Amino acid sequence: MSGPNTQYDPVEVAALDPAAIDRAVEDALAQIAAATTLDQLKAARTAHQGEKSPLALANREIGALPPSAKAEAGKRVGQARGRVGHALRERQEELEAERDARILVEETVDLTVRVPRRPLGARHPVSLVSERVEDIFVAMGWEIAEGPEIEAEWLNFDALNIAADHPARQEQDTFFVDPPGSGLVLRTHTSPVQVRTMLERRPPIYVLCPGKVFRTDDLDATHTPVFHQFEGLVVDEGITMAHLKGTLDAFVQRLFGAGVETRLRPNYFPFTEPSAEIDCRCWVCGGSGTLGGVRCRTCGGTGWIELGGSGMVNQRVLRAAGVDPGRYTGFAFGLGIERSLMLRHNVADMHDIVEGDVRFSRQFGMEI
Amino acid sequence: MHAPVSWLRELADVPADATGADVAAALVRVGLEEEGLHGGDVRGPLVVGRVLEATDEPQRNGKVIRWCSVDVGQNGQMLTEGRHQEIVCGAHNFAVGDLVVCVLPGGVLPGGFEIGARKTYGHLSNGMICSARELGLGDDHEGIIVLQELLGGQATVDLKPGDDAIALLGLGDEVVEVNVTPDRGYCLSLRGIAREYALSTGVAFRDPADLSVRTGEGTRVAEPPVGAQSPVRPYAVHLRDQAPLAGRAGCDRYIARVVRGVDVGAASPAWMQKRLTQVGMRPISLAVDVTNYVMMLLGQPLHAFDLDTLSGSVGTRRARPGERLTTLDGVERRLDPEDLLVVDGSDTPLAVAGVMGGASSEVSASTTNLLIEAAHFDPVSVARSARRHRLSTEASRRFERGVDPDVTAAAAQLAVDLLVGLGGGTADGVTDVDHRVPREPVDFDTQLPTRYVGLEYPRDEVVTTLRAIGCEVGGDGRVVSVLPPSWRPDLLDGPDLVEEVARVRGYDQIPSAVPPGLAGAGLTHGQRVRRLVATTLAQQGLVEVLTYPFVGPELFDRLGYPADDPRRRTVRLGNPLSEEAPLMRTSVLDTLVEALRRNVARGTRDCALYELGLVVAPREEQPAAPVPGIDDRPDDETLRLVLHAVPPQPRHVAFAATGDAEAGGPWGAARPVDAADAVAWARGVARALGLDLVVSAADRAPWHPGRCARLALADGTTVGHAGELHPKVTAALELPARTVAGELDVDVLVAATGSPVHARPLSTYPPAHTDVALVVPEEVPAAAVEAALREGAGGSLESVVLFDLYRGDQVPAAHRSLAYRLTFRADDRTMTTDEVSALRDRAVAAAARATGAVQR
Ligand SMILES: [Zn+2]
Repeated sequence: MSGPNTQYDPVEVAALDPAAIDRAVEDALAQIAAATTLDQLKAARTAHQGEKSPLALANREIGALPPSAKAEAGKRVGQARGRVGHALRERQEELEAERDARILVEETVDLTVRVPRRPLGARHPVSLVSERVEDIFVAMGWEIAEGPEIEAEWLNFDALNIAADHPARQEQDTFFVDPPGSGLVLRTHTSPVQVRTMLERRPPIYVLCPGKVFRTDDLDATHTPVFHQFEGLVVDEGITMAHLKGTLDAFVQRLFGAGVETRLRPNYFPFTEPSAEIDCRCWVCGGSGTLGGVRCRTCGGTGWIELGGSGMVNQRVLRAAGVDPGRYTGFAFGLGIERSLMLRHNVADMHDIVEGDVRFSRQFGMEI
Repeated sequence: MHAPVSWLRELADVPADATGADVAAALVRVGLEEEGLHGGDVRGPLVVGRVLEATDEPQRNGKVIRWCSVDVGQNGQMLTEGRHQEIVCGAHNFAVGDLVVCVLPGGVLPGGFEIGARKTYGHLSNGMICSARELGLGDDHEGIIVLQELLGGQATVDLKPGDDAIALLGLGDEVVEVNVTPDRGYCLSLRGIAREYALSTGVAFRDPADLSVRTGEGTRVAEPPVGAQSPVRPYAVHLRDQAPLAGRAGCDRYIARVVRGVDVGAASPAWMQKRLTQVGMRPISLAVDVTNYVMMLLGQPLHAFDLDTLSGSVGTRRARPGERLTTLDGVERRLDPEDLLVVDGSDTPLAVAGVMGGASSEVSASTTNLLIEAAHFDPVSVARSARRHRLSTEASRRFERGVDPDVTAAAAQLAVDLLVGLGGGTADGVTDVDHRVPREPVDFDTQLPTRYVGLEYPRDEVVTTLRAIGCEVGGDGRVVSVLPPSWRPDLLDGPDLVEEVARVRGYDQIPSAVPPGLAGAGLTHGQRVRRLVATTLAQQGLVEVLTYPFVGPELFDRLGYPADDPRRRTVRLGNPLSEEAPLMRTSVLDTLVEALRRNVARGTRDCALYELGLVVAPREEQPAAPVPGIDDRPDDETLRLVLHAVPPQPRHVAFAATGDAEAGGPWGAARPVDAADAVAWARGVARALGLDLVVSAADRAPWHPGRCARLALADGTTVGHAGELHPKVTAALELPARTVAGELDVDVLVAATGSPVHARPLSTYPPAHTDVALVVPEEVPAAAVEAALREGAGGSLESVVLFDLYRGDQVPAAHRSLAYRLTFRADDRTMTTDEVSALRDRAVAAAARATGAVQR
């Protein structure tokens, strides 16, 4: 490297020749523009910005110039280096952007391919309907009560005013537990939970008793020997049939839709007196009984759908459970969950509900 | 119960324009359930025809058909341009000149059978000559109806061919079928139905039991005036009951009537046959038809004995042990000492009282003298006998539900009158043994309906309604004395009467009001846990199912349970759905495996199921449950015994899976489900509840002895087991090999949770990691090594993760190397390398002590 030389004529110094610098800049710009990859640009950077590049050499030569010439030469070389540096940066950004875009394109994955990595399972719709019903009543301030499925006969029948020789007891198609005289049955309804609840706590009582029940029916499209019910029980001062009707109205509207209304019809159940059958207006045909000129299949053309039984708790039941019928009255009702499921979700055949085929539950997911 | 509208019209003022549907609606309003509407579905042309020619033509199939030419009046012109109809008929019980019933093409018979002209046996048959059965008029289909025989010569004098037969035979008559609830026994009669109709619509009711007012066809007989029968030879009746049920006599009223010289071979009249057919009974013979007819009209079952087979008197007693009786259905029945029998004077059993008569005293073709029984039997006694002998008869159904004890005499009298009038007999005197207990009035607060229903019922309305249903009401205060009518044994207390008041005003008048309610506590902890368990399994990919909890005894063998396994102890059903599955499951897995098998059989190769449900875990000594009375709450000790007799029924969750846990495809290879999945699902369930299960190796049926994990709480309480099923079990259950399964006791999980988690503050200092490889004998479980490391490393250990497992040249035979990454973190400082090393050394030392581990 040469030291300062006061005698040196800048024009004589080839590297600092303005034309040569212009040429070097043009060469650099041309190569930068021509670079189509980051590697080519890197080569261009080495060639035109590296230590051995013409402009670097020119820059080094400035020191050798007499002071009078330094400023001008420095300015000329600085501008040239600035232009090259700017072009490099711009091209660098362009090429990097191109590369990033290309990588994203290359990384494209066809997400329409269904990758069943860890498929979600499903709840059984009977459980979901049951929980939904529970939530409706819990929201009204009720609690959920439960009991065993193998139950004492006294709780399943006698305490509910269904005496041993009462015809109603024969109509229940009961599973009996061996040996005869065991005093046990598979509960035929969730009503024994009513009795258990009244035996356990003092009024006011507002409970819903959901659960599995058993009847010796054969499985067919609409019957199953093992099914689910929910039973409501309210015992408090001043409870009337109007409260029963109000509760049922609120319930059916929340489960089946706004505007659905209930109708009570006289009926007979040993554990309630007065007793009532619960119908609700068919929400499919709006109660007209016909759909597009043909008989409505949901209600069989009657405009009403039978939901279950209800009534005022028989005072004999209250007494058996130790509740003073002079002070308290109560109502109770019982509805079937499978039936609600079939009605609400158009399930045509009971077999699908009870056979445990995963394809059935999978239709519903985890909320119903 | 079937109620023909035309019959009903005789007992109540049914408006002339009321249809069957109107009648049904009126009955439904007061609490009868409509089961169906029958009849009224016959469409013409159905006309009277006169047979002009009849030619028998033998056929190649051996049948002889009769080709007839029938004059059907001007109806013929529509079809055969005025010529007589040519009709082919299979019956031969008629002659030229007879009047018959012809359905012509276009007509519709009961059941919707539309008739057309059709070619048959070489002729074009223009319709059909009808039998009684084809028209729904009776059971007779052997021959066609000859109108002169059916209606009598006198009634057919004015008939001419072409007359409408629908009106003539009452085929337009509709029959309303209602379901009668067990409390409404009186509605198992036209008398009861008519009373309800009158109550619902406010029209007049004529009581057919009031024999002084005779109306209608049913009593259109030439009878002597009531009470004018010959008083000779009243038949002796001896009522005995050695063993009354609950102190009630088996029979509190018995009327015996003798009718002599009856032509029992005579057919009952057409009107009676038609009515019996309409109400679903088969006409049989005059004697049987009359007793059935009176039962249908009045609700009082009657029995007719062949008097000449009896030894001079009739009575009741309970059966003797070992005694037998062949009933009318031909079955020899072993009688029970609780059965009440009707016996004759020589103590020979004649009938199971109120259920079915015996064959030996049955009315036969040679019978001429009849004994008619009209009795009132104890409902409970009849119910038990009917149940014991599996004999639900028209009589037992009525006695069980309560027959009006005041209708007995009228029913006997009406039957006698009909037999005398229609069968040409003569009646002896009346024997009426009457031990009826007078009914008790009940005190009734007239404000009770308002209190129960939530609707204002004025006192006047209450009293008027009670009188309308037949009660006698006395007193003029707020509390009145009510004597329910004899036909309403179900009216026992205030609420029973409230229902009457409410249903007569109409349930549709009841307003809708939300009860006051209270601030509920929401779901219990156990209920919330259960939902979370179910949801967690579903979120791990399993599908919930609900199976029937019934199993067969050989299942426990297939599951490989040892002989003394407590899970073999279960509850047996006396009347299972299937003899193959009489037991209740003791694990949910018992029945879940069958659901898994079914899914696989249906083509779901990759299948993971779970079920939450109750199982039974009976005590070793299972006491019988007492059955106390219901007049009061049982005393505490009795109640304890009732509740204690109910076997414990813990709630379990089980899961089972087969096939791939992760499916294979373009993204990679499939991963078959394995035992570790089963353990992971169980741990997932526990973790969702904030619990970490302790996993240890176990050998327990039905799992693979080398691939079974016991899952326990930190305190050692077993929660359940999970792993791969034993190969013998999968083979026996026809499940795919390598099926995995698990079962957890949800009640244990519920009991172990529920107290609030106390949160620890989080350290913001950096963690320090250190790795350690330990060589242990094969049989040392990883969980034991990990537990020892945790114990030795102390409180600042944050996690222990197994990141490598090695077997091979670098370790001794029957050993493996477990490589763990230990992560430490202090609450108050950055830990130094020296500190971490020291803790790691302590952890390794602890593992060495506990498991013989050697650091590699
Ligand atoms: Zn509808």
